[in-house]
Amino acid sequence: MTDAFLDPLPWLIVLPLAWAAMAFLMGAGRGARLAIVALAMQLFLALILATQVLESGPVTHVVGGWGAPLGIDLLADGLSVAMLLLTQAVALPLAVYAQAYFSREAGQFWPLAGFLLAALNALFLSADLFNLYVTLELLSLAAVGLVALGGKPAQVAAALRYLLVSLTASGAYLMGVALIYGVYGTVSIATLAPLMGSAPPMALWLSAGLMLTGLLAKTALFPFHFWLPPAHGGAAAPVSALLSALVVKASFYLVLRLALDVFPNLTALVAPGLGLLGAAAILYGSWRALRTHHIKRLVAWSTVAQLGYLFLVFPLLAPDGLALQAGVVQAIAHGLAKAAMFAAVGVLMLATGRDTLEGLAGVAHRVPLTLFAFGLAGVTLMGLPPSAGFLAKWLLIDAALSHGQWGWVAVVIGGGLLAAAYVFKVLRQAFLLAPEDSRFQPVPRSMEWAAFVLAAASVVLGLRGVELMALLAQGAP
Amino acid sequence: MTLNEALPLAVLASSLLPGLVIFALPEHWVGTRTTLNLFGAFAKLALVGLLLAGVSAGENYGFRHEVLPGLELVFKADALALLFMTLSTVLWLFTTLYAIGYLEGAPHRSRFFGFFSLCVTATMGIAMAGNLFTFFVFYELLTLATFPLVVHRGTPQAMKGGTVYLAYTLGGGALLLTGIVWLYGLTGAADFAHGGYLAVLGSEKAGQLQWVFFLLIAGVGVKTALVPLHGWLPQAMVAPAPVSALLHAVAVVKAGAFGVVRIVYEVYGVEFAQSLDLLAPLAVAAAITIVWGSFRALFQDDLKKRLAYSTVSQVSYIVLGVALFGPIGTIGGLVHLVHQGIMKITLFFCAGNYAEALGIHKVSEINGAGRRMPLTTAAFTIAALGMMGVPLTAGAVSKAWLMDGARAADMGWVTGVLWTSSVFNAAYFLPILWRAWMRPAPAVWPEEHIPAKGRRETAWLLLLPPLITAAAVLVAGVFAEAGWSPLSWAELIAGREYLR
Repeated sequence: MTDAFLDPLPWLIVLPLAWAAMAFLMGAGRGARLAIVALAMQLFLALILATQVLESGPVTHVVGGWGAPLGIDLLADGLSVAMLLLTQAVALPLAVYAQAYFSREAGQFWPLAGFLLAALNALFLSADLFNLYVTLELLSLAAVGLVALGGKPAQVAAALRYLLVSLTASGAYLMGVALIYGVYGTVSIATLAPLMGSAPPMALWLSAGLMLTGLLAKTALFPFHFWLPPAHGGAAAPVSALLSALVVKASFYLVLRLALDVFPNLTALVAPGLGLLGAAAILYGSWRALRTHHIKRLVAWSTVAQLGYLFLVFPLLAPDGLALQAGVVQAIAHGLAKAAMFAAVGVLMLATGRDTLEGLAGVAHRVPLTLFAFGLAGVTLMGLPPSAGFLAKWLLIDAALSHGQWGWVAVVIGGGLLAAAYVFKVLRQAFLLAPEDSRFQPVPRSMEWAAFVLAAASVVLGLRGVELMALLAQGAP
Repeated sequence: MTLNEALPLAVLASSLLPGLVIFALPEHWVGTRTTLNLFGAFAKLALVGLLLAGVSAGENYGFRHEVLPGLELVFKADALALLFMTLSTVLWLFTTLYAIGYLEGAPHRSRFFGFFSLCVTATMGIAMAGNLFTFFVFYELLTLATFPLVVHRGTPQAMKGGTVYLAYTLGGGALLLTGIVWLYGLTGAADFAHGGYLAVLGSEKAGQLQWVFFLLIAGVGVKTALVPLHGWLPQAMVAPAPVSALLHAVAVVKAGAFGVVRIVYEVYGVEFAQSLDLLAPLAVAAAITIVWGSFRALFQDDLKKRLAYSTVSQVSYIVLGVALFGPIGTIGGLVHLVHQGIMKITLFFCAGNYAEALGIHKVSEINGAGRRMPLTTAAFTIAALGMMGVPLTAGAVSKAWLMDGARAADMGWVTGVLWTSSVFNAAYFLPILWRAWMRPAPAVWPEEHIPAKGRRETAWLLLLPPLITAAAVLVAGVFAEAGWSPLSWAELIAGREYLR
């Protein structure tokens, strides 16, 4: 009894659900304070879980005491714990940020954010394909609700487009799961893995294709990226931060899980294609980011580009797993940095009252801390040392060179330079002298510091790669 | 952590921590900011002094931290590192003093001094880097820390200069990174070592190693301003004078040249590099840069631009010395790392003084400046004569050793290059001196900011640094054979490279 009660796994799902419901009842003010306290506890729980996994390997929790074929298992290995840590570490500063951001019309932010986080945590802990579907669906619905939060026509339109893509994608994924269940009679990943022979039946091909397509659409991999810039670029700043940092990573995590644990043979076939799409995403996303004058769209297009790096790992997966680590490090680095960047941009937009690059002149002088945060986050996105983004890039180049695949090296290096081009486009503008008639609104310090903490975390993590690698090694195939 | 591990970190912290605090200081806390700046500079001076004493006595100072399995940040304060560190630390102190005077009353000083300190921290990291990975980390940090200094004034020209600077340096960084990861793939993690660590790979990997060498040298060559990678340097002239001084004498171009030294001596090893036929092309690239930079300097009317092209030329003396196979050339190159620093920083201090006091930005405006600002012009004269290689100056010592090195390495054409450069040097410096001393002053200076007051030609904080560094140019030339001179230290390093 006591053991199960103290187990962090279920609490990581129950806690956000609980504060989401409470926030709905208590209203925004007290709801926000409750959420912050609860998120601090969640972060603490994730840290406890990480130490457990580091010490004694993957942790399983059998919900309600019913075992795998009938009941629901929760499983935490190194990969899921890393994603859980990222989720809580991003969510806590963002909650502090959001408390100040939504000072008056909080609307339904807190309940929706709570559901979103519960869905994310559940997704990272799920061990069967159907459960994953349920969490994915819940996640998408909460995310769509958050995008529509402001109620402006553009936001509603973006949310509807997002909803449509999401539902279609979930449908495709569910059909894939149904096909698997039809063939093998189980949806548990652990049970499925040994059943996958070297000559899979036709139905499995179809199933894998459906699931993969659905997940790629949700991850907004080029050419499925079209819904992302309006949704992430139009939502409220804390929402954009949550979506870009975490939600798209969840579907990537699923692609990774399926590729590693369920369809290792099929993955090898589509891997070059995934890599090429990733490369296209990097180049096209960066190019669009360079072209736009709308500062938040710029950051959203940068997300499209940065997601491309995640898919470069697939052609480089075998045999040493270096590339897998690169992918996870990139997911984490980008999560922290992009949350910081959206938060910083939100501050800059509030301070200047404008949403274009031209409006940024003078912010280096008037809002220096936030600009510094933006710059640090930019260092991670460019993949410059000593950031975590640099570690990801180093691992990717290392993996590509050890396979003798120079093309990927060029993509990684070129992508970094393109990122530098769009990040410095913003910084340059910020260092210009402000026009005489410009006015700057004061912004709550808590928002500035939240952005800074996230950005600093993305850089400092680059010095602690050893611990992260040790964690990822737990339960790796 | 032992004391020998902590000292290198303390050297980094002595500018990093004051820098971070300075960022947070309100603009008008001038006293606190100045105190912090000077405290950092003197603390670093003391720490580097300790290290110098220790290394002379055979102590080893180092610190390691693993960031990924098999990938380590390594700091090592060896003799070569200390050559660069001592130069940077001493010149940082004077540049800080100068900058305090130069920026008096200017806006955004907290930001300026914050990044200024980060810049010196990065330079120290480059000097102490114990492997290529660490070198790269601080090399890129230097790029990031100098960008805000280059664009400090926030004008459109500053932005243009800054953009060009970034395009070049980040591009160079990308090449460097590719080369480094490639090399790590071939050798695994390896520290810099006397005589290099690649010779064990033997000649079967020669082709790959030649490509890697090309990537690495192109990467550091951008900051060294090797032709044709030098385009950013004249553009970066828009920066305030103390920044130019720092860029040209201490931080950026020196970081590149220092990288060349480490790569040739402690990655490849000079003998192995020679056996791969890498040194001769490097010498040719350096020679082209030396002549082209001097040639372009002839036609610049903008004083700082003329000095910039002069830097392009002079820094490659270091590269040339490295590329001459043999200890004599090595000593010439290494000692020029220091000598070029003290000479060039003097010239930039003086150029800044002319601009600040009288509004003189062009060579054609400098007529008669010698009578109005005799001390500044005297310092400028000494440094300019040093650049030409006139006897009894530091520059003469460098050139003599480089010439001997070229003869010892059977590369007689190099002496021709050095003579040509000296002639060009004279051709672009002597007219400045002649105008300043001999021509009559105009009735009105272009823009007189600081009126003459008795014997004081400009503010003391602007005057003292160039006088001291000019004196150092003479001292390093006259007392070159003394045990404490840069030359003796360069001889010590060269001895460790060749006499193993």
